[in-house]
Amino acid sequence: MASFKLTINNRAYSADVEGDTPLLWVLRDNLGLVGTKYGCGIAQCGACTVHLDGKAVRSCVLPVSAVGKAKVTTIEGLSEKGDHPVQKAWDEVDVAQCGYCQAGQIMTAAAFLKEKPKPTDEEIVGAMSGNLCRCGTYHRIREAVKVAASKTN
Amino acid sequence: MKLAAAAGGGLFLGFNWSDTNAAPVVVDANQIAAGAVKFNSYLSIGSDNIITIVSPNPEIGQGIKTAFPMVVAEELDADWKLVKTVQGKLDNAQFERQVTGGSGAVPHSWERLRKAGATARYLLVNAAATKWGVPVLEITTADSKLSHKASGKSASYGEFAEAAGKLTAPTDIKLKDEKTFKLIGQSVRNVDNKNIATGKPLFGLDFYREGMLFAIIQRPKAFGFKLKSVDSAAAKAMPGIVDVVTFENSVAVVGKSTWQCKKAREALKIEYEKAADLESSEDHNRIFSNLMDNGEATVRRKNGDVEAAFKSAAKVIKSEYQCPFLPHSPLEPMNFFAHVREDGVELVGPTQTPDRARGEAAKITGFPPEKITVEITRQGGGFGRRLSADFAIEAVHVSKLVKAPVKVIWTREDDMTGGTYRPAVRYRFEAALDKNGEMIGYKLRGVGINSGNPTREDNFPSGSVDNLLIDSVEHKSAITTGPWRAPITNFLAYAEQSFIDEVAEAAGKDPVEFRLALLEKAKKSPAGEVKYDVDRMIAVIRLAAEKSNWGKKKGVFQGFSVYFSHRSYVAQVGEVVVEKGKPTLKNVIAAVDCGIVINKSGSLQQVRGGVVDGLGHAMFGNMTFKGGTPDQSNFNGFRLIRMNEIPEVDVHFVENGISPTGLGEPALPPAGGAVANAFYKATKQRLRNQPFINEEAFKGIS
Repeated sequence: MASFKLTINNRAYSADVEGDTPLLWVLRDNLGLVGTKYGCGIAQCGACTVHLDGKAVRSCVLPVSAVGKAKVTTIEGLSEKGDHPVQKAWDEVDVAQCGYCQAGQIMTAAAFLKEKPKPTDEEIVGAMSGNLCRCGTYHRIREAVKVAASKTN
Repeated sequence: MKLAAAAGGGLFLGFNWSDTNAAPVVVDANQIAAGAVKFNSYLSIGSDNIITIVSPNPEIGQGIKTAFPMVVAEELDADWKLVKTVQGKLDNAQFERQVTGGSGAVPHSWERLRKAGATARYLLVNAAATKWGVPVLEITTADSKLSHKASGKSASYGEFAEAAGKLTAPTDIKLKDEKTFKLIGQSVRNVDNKNIATGKPLFGLDFYREGMLFAIIQRPKAFGFKLKSVDSAAAKAMPGIVDVVTFENSVAVVGKSTWQCKKAREALKIEYEKAADLESSEDHNRIFSNLMDNGEATVRRKNGDVEAAFKSAAKVIKSEYQCPFLPHSPLEPMNFFAHVREDGVELVGPTQTPDRARGEAAKITGFPPEKITVEITRQGGGFGRRLSADFAIEAVHVSKLVKAPVKVIWTREDDMTGGTYRPAVRYRFEAALDKNGEMIGYKLRGVGINSGNPTREDNFPSGSVDNLLIDSVEHKSAITTGPWRAPITNFLAYAEQSFIDEVAEAAGKDPVEFRLALLEKAKKSPAGEVKYDVDRMIAVIRLAAEKSNWGKKKGVFQGFSVYFSHRSYVAQVGEVVVEKGKPTLKNVIAAVDCGIVINKSGSLQQVRGGVVDGLGHAMFGNMTFKGGTPDQSNFNGFRLIRMNEIPEVDVHFVENGISPTGLGEPALPPAGGAVANAFYKATKQRLRNQPFINEEAFKGIS
């Protein structure tokens, strides 16, 4: 057991856990940030996607000891009022069915659009194909990323 | 009719979270009741004009938490912007059927929901008429407002809620003419969109309670094993572990965090012994082949004289189709919270059958059902998996043994290897054609592994063929099975619609015309009972053919499929084009008759999602076994469809004003057939087994 100091959503946190504990479970079980979801635990589904210094990472395979001083952003901290262009687009396009994967989808899309504000359709599909949606909302995810891109520019 | 008590009540949605950083989505019954009048079990209206509508059935992604309140709001003439939707707790005295399964909620509750809204509207109108001294019939309602044109009087619903709440509800209530619906049929966004997009604790896995322990359970690693001995000393000594308890064939590691429990589970030393045959997939293939020819069959439907028809046939077509077991793979793995107290039991979690969870908890603890509460969380998919209560049973056992509130969490590996699969099935179809290419005989034998009845004997083409025999053979296995979205028909529809295509080709007829001719025959001279609506089936076929421009597109290979399931009718056309020498699935056009469409946005996505799900599992879904142990345990071995693999899906609804039927399942069954038939047109190769990707015809293509 060790104490880890983390910066999450611009706030300082500290967690007393074993160093190999994935960031996902520290967020969920220790810090009460349950918006980041568990889906597979092996970086296959993307439900656990968070930002590490602005880059999308899979928190289920990231040991807390490896986070260091990097700034973590979770779905709870993507925007203060839930009005990030990607979050708004997700509502406008009415993407969610069950909704479980969508936090991860949104985090993936937000990091992607920061890198590529004007993506082509192919680039969107390429960026989003690492995230599984068991309900099959892919058409609307694709559409919502386009809507978000059009609103950001 | 009574005013809601302001005291007691507890939480409607039981998220309770010790960390103040999380903003829990809690709808407090007291908050609702503050100045609010409860008109019936579905709705209350506050003096602040806020209308709270309870949606009693579990929300697993089918959109019921939005669609059900829409129906109530329609009859109430409520302003949707002022409607708050809450998930009801288990209370089947009030709601009767609180199940999500079989696409049955809408047909069950359509009238009840409408009456709930219409009754409240009636009472508000009567209260206003008395106060204003005007005739009831002169009062109009819209957008949560009452108006009397002649006198210019108007008021909000909130202003009359209290007075209306004191009136006696009528026993008989007139419902709206469906043609005047304003809200029903519109596109209304998912009521939880904002909570979903901001990461609020909505799901079972998000439920935390002060003092709650976590449990990760080791179940037998092979189907057919039973527990022999457990050495838990090393696991118990690991950090964060509170206890290790055993019940039935399970060993539960109980501790202070998910990760600690997961790691400690790896330190368990468990011995198993054989309790049943440890089957492998090769065994299943041998069993299928043996039972197909030699099994003792149960006759499901028989019309005319099949043997004579086949003897006199000018042509006989015979084919076999096979599918593997499938896990459900909802993205939120199984989990459940239980607190077995001295005086009762509290259950919280994602279940499609809360009443079953309560019944099982009653059996284990000895408490009567009224001492057991069940709160239903939003669910990260279900697909039939959460119809079982096994995970709730586990939570009750563990909480009872450790005397603490416990949440049982399944890892993805647990979820995928834990059974309750879509059963593996093999079909043999045979058709007899006369010299004119008319289908005069039809035989179907289904062999299933723990499948119950692997046929749907009264579905099409039954009723359209004079001589018909449908029977089935069952093999009992230690591998557990259960309902999987569109049970049985999720594979049967593909096999049957692909076979019908084979028969149409042998008869030298267009696949659409061939199906239509059979349906005309079922209408004019039915062979035995016809348990589907022939006209509705014809209508979706014609609509799909029209919208896809059937048979008239150049360079596009089209495949047809139509299926009736869960009271709804869906026809689909798959479109394949050949790009760089490779067949590529471009489009699926779907024509759907589910009667009145309640929420256009939700319904459209439900169909698209159903097509993606049906196609994805037909293409990739494969669960195999060795010595009773599943070969696939996570999404690296078990492939789910991804965004770069989907076709465009074009959806068209039939507008016929018929009372609505379910949509959670019916779009899935026809998907595989439409695609396989299009693939055949492009390649002249039949896909007869799922997953398609393992078929010889598919090698080197995808």
